[in-house]
Amino acid sequence: MTANQDAGESVLVAKEFLSSKVTKYVVRARDIARRRRPGQFVIVRSFAESERIPLTIADGDEQEGTITLIVQEVGKSTAEMAHMMRVGDRFADVLGPLGMPTHIEKVGRVIAVGGGIGIAPLHPIVQGFRKAENEVIGIIGARSRDLLIMEEEMKRACHRLRIVTDDGSYGDKGLVTDALRAEVEASGKPALCVAIGPLVMMQAVSKVTKELGIKTLVSLNPVMVDGTGMCGGCRVTVHNETKFVCVDGPEFDAHGVDFDELRRRQAFYAPQERGAYDLFLKKHPFGAEHCKVHRLVDEAQRGKEAK
Amino acid sequence: MSTAHDKAVVTPKIDLPAGAEPKLSNKERMAIPRQVMPEQSAEERIYNFLEVPLGFEENVARIEALRCIKCKKPTCIDGCPVGINIPGFLEKIAEGDFEGGARVLKQDNILPAICGRVCPQEEQCEKQCIVGKKNAPVAIGRLERFLADWEREHNKVQPLVPGEPTGKKVAIVGAGPAGLTAAADLVRFGHKVVLYEALHKPGGVLVYGIPEFRLPKKIVEFEVQQLEKAGVELHNSVVIGQTITMTELQETYDAIFVATGAGLPYFMNLPGENLNGIYSANEYLTRVNLMKAYDPDSDTPVAKSKNVAVVGGGNVAMDGARTAKRLGADNVYLVYRRTRKEMPARVEEVEHAEEEGIKFFFLHSPIRYEGDAQGRVCKAICERMELGEPDASGRRRPVPTGEYVDLEVDTVIVAIGNGPNPLIPRTTEGLDTKKWGNIKAEKATGRTSLRGVWAGGDIVLGAATVILAMGAGRTAAKSIDDYLKTGDWPEVTLDG
Ligand SMILES: Cc1cc2nc3c(=O)[nH]c(=O)nc-3n(C[C@H](O)[C@H](O)[C@H](O)COP(=O)(O)OP(=O)(O)OC[C@H]3O[C@@H](n4cnc5c(N)ncnc54)[C@H](O)[C@@H]3O)c2cc1C
Ligand SMILES: Cc1cc2nc3c(=O)[nH]c(=O)nc-3n(C[C@H](O)[C@H](O)[C@H](O)COP(=O)(O)OP(=O)(O)OC[C@H]3O[C@@H](n4cnc5c(N)ncnc54)[C@H](O)[C@@H]3O)c2cc1C
Ligand code: SF4
Ligand code: SF4
Ligand code: FES
Repeated sequence: MTANQDAGESVLVAKEFLSSKVTKYVVRARDIARRRRPGQFVIVRSFAESERIPLTIADGDEQEGTITLIVQEVGKSTAEMAHMMRVGDRFADVLGPLGMPTHIEKVGRVIAVGGGIGIAPLHPIVQGFRKAENEVIGIIGARSRDLLIMEEEMKRACHRLRIVTDDGSYGDKGLVTDALRAEVEASGKPALCVAIGPLVMMQAVSKVTKELGIKTLVSLNPVMVDGTGMCGGCRVTVHNETKFVCVDGPEFDAHGVDFDELRRRQAFYAPQERGAYDLFLKKHPFGAEHCKVHRLVDEAQRGKEAK
Repeated sequence: MSTAHDKAVVTPKIDLPAGAEPKLSNKERMAIPRQVMPEQSAEERIYNFLEVPLGFEENVARIEALRCIKCKKPTCIDGCPVGINIPGFLEKIAEGDFEGGARVLKQDNILPAICGRVCPQEEQCEKQCIVGKKNAPVAIGRLERFLADWEREHNKVQPLVPGEPTGKKVAIVGAGPAGLTAAADLVRFGHKVVLYEALHKPGGVLVYGIPEFRLPKKIVEFEVQQLEKAGVELHNSVVIGQTITMTELQETYDAIFVATGAGLPYFMNLPGENLNGIYSANEYLTRVNLMKAYDPDSDTPVAKSKNVAVVGGGNVAMDGARTAKRLGADNVYLVYRRTRKEMPARVEEVEHAEEEGIKFFFLHSPIRYEGDAQGRVCKAICERMELGEPDASGRRRPVPTGEYVDLEVDTVIVAIGNGPNPLIPRTTEGLDTKKWGNIKAEKATGRTSLRGVWAGGDIVLGAATVILAMGAGRTAAKSIDDYLKTGDWPEVTLDG
């Protein structure tokens, strides 16, 4: 058994920019690679003074002892990861696998809906359902062609794949909900729908499937701190009961989720987050190389040790 | 009875010979007033996170120690859950032999710098002190703190010496006071010790819960360093049950001690409780303590607040209230459903909170919260309570009156208690738990229903105290050592 602090643990072994704002990270984390199941996530801090951020495990390789994270830059912590972590660097910590795995069984036909960055966490779930001998139909969408990720992987994982973009630059023009309705009309009601993407998308899908009477799972992403059930910051209301997403989830029955409450809770720190991101962009206008230098200067000034 | 907070106390002039105790009669000893520890003024400290009490000077410590009348039957020891030889270390202080005093202290308590600061002394050792029957009791806790600080600051801490290697390996789950204490003893017994901690820093509640102004984090770090120097292996950011299962640990280790604490915050299930700005005390304190949200350089945010309601009456509530004050809140209300008399918080913390301008709102309990258009809490509707008959805990039970008060607040900190974290019981077959999920363990040994697995601290006792967690760590370490030597696992008697 190896643990986190062994040589090479938590080291970034590969990194690839998938689109202007989306980066794929392959991180050495042997215990996590061995234990992880579809639907689970990790909590990562890039540096000793970074925030703890939750990220879904999009893929993993037990032999290599690595996990794959696919991350969209939306604020300071994700920007720091994208611009300042280079191959060979070590994350301050990588904790996981956290959360309950997706309950995968043979149910018949499954429609898997992924939007934007949500396609990444959807991928291992799709693979799982296919392995369990379900027929899996994928629907993936993005605002435009350049923001669409993992098309090839999804094509391979699904029996059939529909692609939509908001602006029609690729696939069909429209929203994933349009494709979902079309699919149900063409092939009938599936046994299960799994939807992962931006909150508005999951809410919209939930509305459609509720109307059509299709059981639906969504993967929720509230703000988290510890990820182990200790703070209650990640609480959501599901069927009028408070749940802690990090230990009871992250997947829940879409038709019971109070999406409006979740959206408000997600936005609580928006002004502070925007401020931090703006400051970061101002400090680091020249990309990775300079960021590294800035960081060292910053650290020396603050006299803080980076672990 | 006067308390530690009579500010006008003078230090009598007594000759303090080097290396010896001045000869004083009991009467003379009893005449010395309890010495006051200087502290930051309330006006000053509400703008910083630095420690409030500043510690005794050497001569003041010696004089305070002279107040002990060296009872033949020292009742103070009965009040201490780990039975420290209190008159023994007091005598050393009186002699000016601080190094010797620290030795005596450490025989029974390996974390005196911490217990001296956070133990509810007035309920334990000091409550049983004879001097306290007539005057204020000897300041046992503060002298304990004095010795531990003196030893550390003068580089006189004796390193933890690992025992002759036994070849046995013990895993400890959770690096709070229970886990850290067990680690120290087990290393002394010569076993290989590996500590697993879920958070990125060891210390448990000592680092994520109890604020810097009550317990400086460098003290906890120092204690952890001592363990690491003695060869204890520490793995942070590993959640047992998730990253590694208990079954896997059982395959690799000869014994396991589970000390995972009571880290699951309770809420009251009130309408509006998930509004923005309503935190569990754990979240609020973790953001500020562990993630340093008070530091503008930190990436972790915390709400900016004008009016804060803290719900609860224990140490956790006091810590939440005083932290909110330091983060700049104008008004901090402490909403507690009984009266001051029933408050479980340490007296010192209540007094400190009061001095800092925390407004106590007794005999009230929130029943509902309302929010603004952005979903942030703006009002806590509280019901007035009356005290009825005593309940099972012996405290008078609060009874609702049907009268309501609106509190305009933008932040609420819920500090009504913590339950056991479910991760280990949920993923470990055969580990017996009580009704609320606490692990069942044998009182005298800490052994559980699983052979080779011990448990102790808050995960067994429910939210308790640092000193009890420490005591549980020692008990388990002793029992583990016995087991590793003999291989005997007599039938376990589980309570509750
Ligand atoms: C279970 C789970 C799995 C996730 N998986 C992925 C993933 O695979 N890929 C990915 O790109 N993103 C994922 N996220 C979202 C990701 O955690 C946030 O985008 C990230 O924390 C933003 O940090 P930031 O500092 O860059 O942005 P900020 O400027 O801090 O915030 C931007 C947005 O991120 C949200 N956010 C901020 N802090 C946190 C936090 N500590 N925890 C959760 N959300 C936060 C805020 O609500 C805000 O809307 C996941 C979230 C959860 C809860
Ligand atoms: C805000 C606050 C103030 C307090 N004030 C006082 C006071 O003044 N005086 C006093 O005596 N007591 C006080 N207490 C209570 C005291 O802190 C606890 O009783 C004591 O810390 C319990 O120790 P423990 O070792 O059992 O658990 P904890 O200190 O809770 O430590 C448990 C550790 O285990 C880790 N862990 C949990 N699950 C896992 C897992 N699955 N895998 C790995 N690691 C895990 C946790 O992250 C944590 O670090 C206070 C508590 C709080 C919350
Ligand atoms: S450990 Fe606590 S109870 Fe025991 S003597 Fe010290 S302060 Fe008193
Ligand atoms: S009870 Fe008080 S006076 Fe007596 S030995 Fe203990 S500390 Fe000293
Ligand atoms: S993130 Fe703290 S309880 Fe879920």
